[in-house]
Amino acid sequence: MTDTLINPENINVILATDCGSTTTKAILIEKVDGEYRQTYRGEAPTTVEEPAADVTVGVINAVTEIAELSGRKLVDEQGAIIRPANGSDGCDIYISTSSAGGGLQMMVAGVVKQMTAASAKRAALGAGAIVMDVISTNDNRLPHEQIQRIRELRPDMVLISGGTDGGTTTHVVQLAELIAPAKPQPRFGNKYRMPIIYAGNKDAAELVKGTFDDSVDLSVVPNLRPVLERENLGPARDAIHDLFLEHVMAHAPGYDRLIGWADAPIMPTPGAVGNILKTIAQRQNINAVGVDIGGATTDVFSVFDGTFNRTVSANLGMSYSISNVCAEATLPNILRWVHFDMDERELRNRVKNKMIRPTTIPQTLESLVFEQAVAREALRLAYLQHKEFATTLVGVQQQRTIGDTFSQEAGGETIVDNMKLDLLVASGGVLSHAPEMVQTAAMLVDAFEPEGITTLAKDSIFMMPHLGVLAQVHPRAALEVFERDCLVYLGTCVAPSGQGKPGKSCFQYSYAGPNGPVAGEIACGEIKLIPLDKNTTIKIEPAKGFDVGNGPGKPVEKEICGGTVGLILDGRGRPIVSTDDFTRKSFTRNELQEWVTALRLYPESQESQST
Amino acid sequence: MAKAYTPGLKITQRLTHRVRRVLPIAGEVIVKQGDRVDAQDVVAETFMPGDITPLNLSKTLSIPPADLADCLLKTEGDTVEIGDPLAITKGIFGFFKTEYQSKTVGTIESISNVTGQLIIRGAPLPVQVQAFLSGQVVEVIPNEGVIIESDVSFVQGIFGIGGEAFGPIKMACSDPTQELTEELILPEMKGTIVVGGARMSEAAVKKAVSIGVAGIISGGMDDQDLKSILGYDLGVAITGSERIGLSLMITEGFGSIAMAQRTFELLESREGDAAAITGTTQIRAGVMRPEVLIPLNETEKQQVGEDVHSAGVLDIGVPIRIIRDPYFGELGTVAELPSDPQVLGSGSKARVLLVKCESGETVTVPRANVELVEN
Repeated sequence: MTDTLINPENINVILATDCGSTTTKAILIEKVDGEYRQTYRGEAPTTVEEPAADVTVGVINAVTEIAELSGRKLVDEQGAIIRPANGSDGCDIYISTSSAGGGLQMMVAGVVKQMTAASAKRAALGAGAIVMDVISTNDNRLPHEQIQRIRELRPDMVLISGGTDGGTTTHVVQLAELIAPAKPQPRFGNKYRMPIIYAGNKDAAELVKGTFDDSVDLSVVPNLRPVLERENLGPARDAIHDLFLEHVMAHAPGYDRLIGWADAPIMPTPGAVGNILKTIAQRQNINAVGVDIGGATTDVFSVFDGTFNRTVSANLGMSYSISNVCAEATLPNILRWVHFDMDERELRNRVKNKMIRPTTIPQTLESLVFEQAVAREALRLAYLQHKEFATTLVGVQQQRTIGDTFSQEAGGETIVDNMKLDLLVASGGVLSHAPEMVQTAAMLVDAFEPEGITTLAKDSIFMMPHLGVLAQVHPRAALEVFERDCLVYLGTCVAPSGQGKPGKSCFQYSYAGPNGPVAGEIACGEIKLIPLDKNTTIKIEPAKGFDVGNGPGKPVEKEICGGTVGLILDGRGRPIVSTDDFTRKSFTRNELQEWVTALRLYPESQESQST
Repeated sequence: MAKAYTPGLKITQRLTHRVRRVLPIAGEVIVKQGDRVDAQDVVAETFMPGDITPLNLSKTLSIPPADLADCLLKTEGDTVEIGDPLAITKGIFGFFKTEYQSKTVGTIESISNVTGQLIIRGAPLPVQVQAFLSGQVVEVIPNEGVIIESDVSFVQGIFGIGGEAFGPIKMACSDPTQELTEELILPEMKGTIVVGGARMSEAAVKKAVSIGVAGIISGGMDDQDLKSILGYDLGVAITGSERIGLSLMITEGFGSIAMAQRTFELLESREGDAAAITGTTQIRAGVMRPEVLIPLNETEKQQVGEDVHSAGVLDIGVPIRIIRDPYFGELGTVAELPSDPQVLGSGSKARVLLVKCESGETVTVPRANVELVEN
């Protein structure tokens, strides 16, 4: 890293890269008329594998593409990035994120699965890691099975937690005693000393140190759960980031050079995405959910009432993991989103063919509809996992009143509340590259089932990682670019919670449209799309038993966001099931056909509506 | 002229091939550079540290961890057998003593006075690595393994299951479009690597397992059949550890798809020759495909010339295969490579190419949906 810190006011040109597993994406941000704007982008294959085996080759290739497009010379004759900017040459700062080489893979351990182990997992995920396994004293495995598992895994680092400060030391030491003889082997060969972070009971730190020998690199940081009522994940996350740079990245080809170039610590890509979402939610005082669906994994990020959570669903994705989505969701659940007949035996073969040749794209409409159906289920399952993980702390004593007598909960309930959700952001191939924006919006609404009034957006060119790391060094620039260039607003979804009989009124709406007042009514089971590209104030009056945020039957007036899709008025109820029979787990083909037509999702439905 | 690169699978009559065979942890290499090895010879071996059995004696004997040292009858480094007394409590006035006898065999690795836990390490576990490729050891990686080289006929498949297996090549189908059915699996195929044509059926695979066939290679299979053979729905394409009784490899893809003529002819020309097959597949960064290696003897080396490979560039006239519906499995040649993206039937915009299919029809497909077929 360069040592000289530049005054943020003097930063006019910012170059940022994200080194992904397959592609390195570079963006250029410039100050235009006093505002920061993303101006050019370039991409090139990532070069961590042979024959180049040097990540900086891919970085330079992506940056060169920007240089060609912008006319700004960014790379000097020695093949290094030119800094600081001087006229039409160079940039003021260069920053980067990385998930190349499989990202950061961690094993975490805690004494109790639902308490310190869950906190440790949150710390690791929040830092952008893939958690390979969670070891705890009550994970229903026998000690020798746990040891066997530790031996099989090849993590990049291990995080151990357990016990509150001043509490019993025995259990966490016992955990360390299991891990030490198992000698977890790192991915990067024999010369690499396994980094182990201890973030448990401070009184046990010395005892834990005594358990490990010199074959590991042990760091002790403040307890991530000093008292049961509070998590302190910051120090553990910082230690993960530091060790990621020192150990993991230093062993990846070319990273030492890249680290030398960057003006801010290189962050794991998901950590950076979480960072920008957190910043936005904090600045705008909103609750937000972001999703990134890739070929192998799906990341879900959420910020509710200031609490950030991230989950990685390791085997839910659209190419490498498509077969796993079908196995987990089951084909009938996927096919409920397909509005025509398909042969199951043939479909199974198609899914496997996509898995073994992951780079293919749907050529026919039939193929596209099926892939988007798979995406709905992958997103639904990933969000379900996220809700189960993003919970209040378990083990916290709660003051109760007489009113709680019939609803006592022991903690651990999800903090994800779709009614409180303000902004839902989509990214990842199947969402970003859908031929029609309305398809992206429909996938989000069907999979996440937002309630009340929710803004829908997508990350235009997957810029969130770059902006996440930029937020660390220049928050203003990151926010300005996020607002103006990163997000493409799709529009707003209005969806009351509750269920009603088909044809009965679900809610009434009224707002000031561009050509005068607009008002109408949505029936139960109905969905309607109204083009709306400007922000406006909408009034929703839900029918009895339906809630849009102020309680059942109570009206809501709120400013809503217009966008490329517009206003989706969703009277299907929550959860989305058949209005004919609430006990059914799904809806009928006819109902789906009506929704597809109403949203003008596919060309045939657009035609049928226009005729 | 527009060109694009599309990776294909390697299928070649003759190739000087090297395999790297290394232990998962440091050990002993038992062959020397220059040695000739057979596919099933062991080239390196080691012992993994034995399994660990943790034992909390303090809890078991209901004594504080600090008192454990006084009760122990063994110390760190001692070997223990089943039934050996490990510790005995002091009892009350010398009576009511509780003794703990070992339930496991091993060596006491550590005793914790914090938790009262003993770690007993079992006997070392042997790990061996076979040569897999019959050939010459060209390099010894000290304490790790070897690199073996040989001239082979080489066939890479698209997907497989099961680990490494060995046997002579045995043709079961007479042409690449013939499906591999139960009737074609015969008792004399025991211990061989059977070559089918198009789709292999579930019944054929089950019969092959019952006969003791070492491996099957065919053009395709139905996923529904794979599920029945495995007993579960395969979620992620990371295979190799399945224990189904043989190794399977499909060369083209899932469904009813014929083996490429060239692959079939290559395997047919090597019928009766000893081969090694691995079904191990990993479709992730650092992709691994299943493969069959058939070493060439000295006479064959004289007869078979080295294949000349194209650089893998998509160009007019280059033979390709379409790898996605609606034309999945069709073979043809590149007829045109328009440079501007076009709108597909799905509504997406993508760069495409025109393919002149073997049927004579010319179709438009996205460039992402074809793969090169090597000449």
